[in-house]
Amino acid sequence: MLDTIFIGLSVGSVLLLVALGLAITYGAMGVINMAHGEMVMLGAYTTVLASIHLGIGLLGAIPIAFMVTALVGYAIERLIVSRLYGRLLDTLLATWGVAILLQQAVRLSLGLAFFGITIAGLGTGLQNVRVPAYLSGVISIGGEQVSLYRAFIILVTILLTLLTWFIMYRTAIGAQVRAIMRNPDMAAACGIDVKRVNALTFAYGSGLAGVAGVMMSGFKTVFPDMGTPMVVDGFLVVVTGGVGSLMGTVLSAGLLGQINGLTASVSNDIIARAVIFAVVVTIIIWKPSGLFSYKGR
Amino acid sequence: MTINRRTFLTGTAGAFGALAAPAILPRAAFAADTVKVGSIFSLTGGLSIIERSLNDATHMAVSEINAAGGVLGKQIEIVAEDGASDPKTFNEKASKLILQDRISSVFACYTSASRKAVLPVFERRNGLLFYPTYYEGFECSKNVVYTGAVPNQQLSNFIPWIINTLGKKKFFIVGSNYIYPREMAKVSKMLIEQNGGEWVADEYLELGHSEWASMVSKIKSSGCDVVLSNVVGDSVVAFYREFKNQGLSHDTLPICATVTSEIEIAAMGAEYAAGSYTSFPYFQAIDTPANTEFVARYRKFVGDEKAVTHHALESSYFQVYLWKQAVEKAGDTSTEAVRAAVGGQTFDAPGGKVTVEAENLHTALTPRIAQWQDDGQGKIIDAYDEPEFPLPYVAYGEAQDNLYCTASGLDTSKLPK
Repeated sequence: MLDTIFIGLSVGSVLLLVALGLAITYGAMGVINMAHGEMVMLGAYTTVLASIHLGIGLLGAIPIAFMVTALVGYAIERLIVSRLYGRLLDTLLATWGVAILLQQAVRLSLGLAFFGITIAGLGTGLQNVRVPAYLSGVISIGGEQVSLYRAFIILVTILLTLLTWFIMYRTAIGAQVRAIMRNPDMAAACGIDVKRVNALTFAYGSGLAGVAGVMMSGFKTVFPDMGTPMVVDGFLVVVTGGVGSLMGTVLSAGLLGQINGLTASVSNDIIARAVIFAVVVTIIIWKPSGLFSYKGR
Repeated sequence: MTINRRTFLTGTAGAFGALAAPAILPRAAFAADTVKVGSIFSLTGGLSIIERSLNDATHMAVSEINAAGGVLGKQIEIVAEDGASDPKTFNEKASKLILQDRISSVFACYTSASRKAVLPVFERRNGLLFYPTYYEGFECSKNVVYTGAVPNQQLSNFIPWIINTLGKKKFFIVGSNYIYPREMAKVSKMLIEQNGGEWVADEYLELGHSEWASMVSKIKSSGCDVVLSNVVGDSVVAFYREFKNQGLSHDTLPICATVTSEIEIAAMGAEYAAGSYTSFPYFQAIDTPANTEFVARYRKFVGDEKAVTHHALESSYFQVYLWKQAVEKAGDTSTEAVRAAVGGQTFDAPGGKVTVEAENLHTALTPRIAQWQDDGQGKIIDAYDEPEFPLPYVAYGEAQDNLYCTASGLDTSKLPK
């Protein structure tokens, strides 16, 4: 029983890791960011490149990946998303275009492939990241053998969630973000620099996706398309949890993870996947704005 | 001149552009002093990682044959199409090659989905498809020459070997949820029961899914002593990683796989697979001068000194030679002539002797088992002395003295109702 709960927790933490950044960009800002999965992919590639060219391991890659994806996110917000506020469908299409651009940039070694230059770690092929010895293997918790790497992912997810909560609810900039969420015009009238705060929020959300990418690279193949299926799961979690609610995202990731783990252990993974979709559909029919949504005006 | 993948692709793109003009006047194309063949592999999209290597191997064989004087005294001209990882595109490109370019022989397809998509085109328009991939069997088309392994060539040696030599008797069968792994599981269960073993579970995960936590935990608690994996694609990588991360070891509970090739091993990192087993007719590690030379030539051709070779790649290469021999025997490139002549053709492929069986147009290949090493290469620890006869209907009771698929077609009365 304990191992089933741990698996649910572990699946949930992977879901939350990807959804956390999305909870910021989609949940807080209302931007349907189709390039979110590509931010995860960029984070994973940063890990690959850091280990090949700089000799930096998985842990050291976390801050680098955060910086790289946050910068890319900042650029995307400033150049594209900021011009499209209030035009939901246009944002969706534009960020989808960005997603394709980013994938191809990786495939073509940032365009250098046209000149016959290839960069080790980029290109169409599959890449992998070595998990350091102190993170592979198992530890024993309550008599159950638990994968150390998965325990590490759970830990990182908890830390990132706490950090995000702290920034959003205990800092001045977090208060500004929440004010913009409720009513951007009123926030601007109160003297908040909406443009700057939006760009920073988007950058932070992208940075979180980058960290998710580092963690994913430890147990998945790294390739240009890797982000696409992940972003689907991310949206499921955010929509179920309720747009704009950090707590909702955390709880829905936990819920979906446990449902997945439990169903998979009594039947199999294919049924589990179907059950997840059924649960999400039911929740959305029952509560169209998600489990925990605040009442806006 | 060194050819790397980039200049090579621009070259083929240019060649394709040049070919577009004569294609409008197909009659004129016959007058030209070349023999035209087609190829369709995914050069873009998710499957391009593997299919590009098949495309490269096909082009390499063609350029070698051309350098040696071509076929029937003519140079071979290859019309390369991109299937774009999409079965529908494969179908359209097959129609284009057969109807517009008037090509009869096409080297194409990696996945079963793409093969099933082009099959109606080849059958209705009477083309000849050379298909290089190991596949699930259960097909008996007179318009396809199958040069990859069928289930009996990967399993009839593997299961008895696992039970008798490894001494493992309780199987956990795991696969991706589609036709190939399910057919492989069917044959495996038959062989396991015949050899006195038992299977404790037969489980599937969605194709492309990479969350293995529940499955690996099930494997752990199932009481099995060997895992038979028919997992496909990038799921393979996540599976082997999760397996090790949950503390399982190939020393005590080995994964015995039918799909994990050099490509997947390179993608996951060799240490995750070291100690596990795979059954294939060809491995890069086959230690013969012919194969060592083949690997070197392939690496030179693609301009990558670390490129790996694998079973479907080897088949992509030698099937061009089988086609060439058939054309030379028939003195003609029409579908009927090549089909009649290709049966019985034998070729010394990099992995050893291969023969196209005239009855079912499948290829006799030598089953081999390899154990993966720390350097990402297989060490061949068991091999048949002779090529094994291909039985595409082995899951339904086909045997060499009781063929279901013969030169006169499929005997449907023998299939279970």
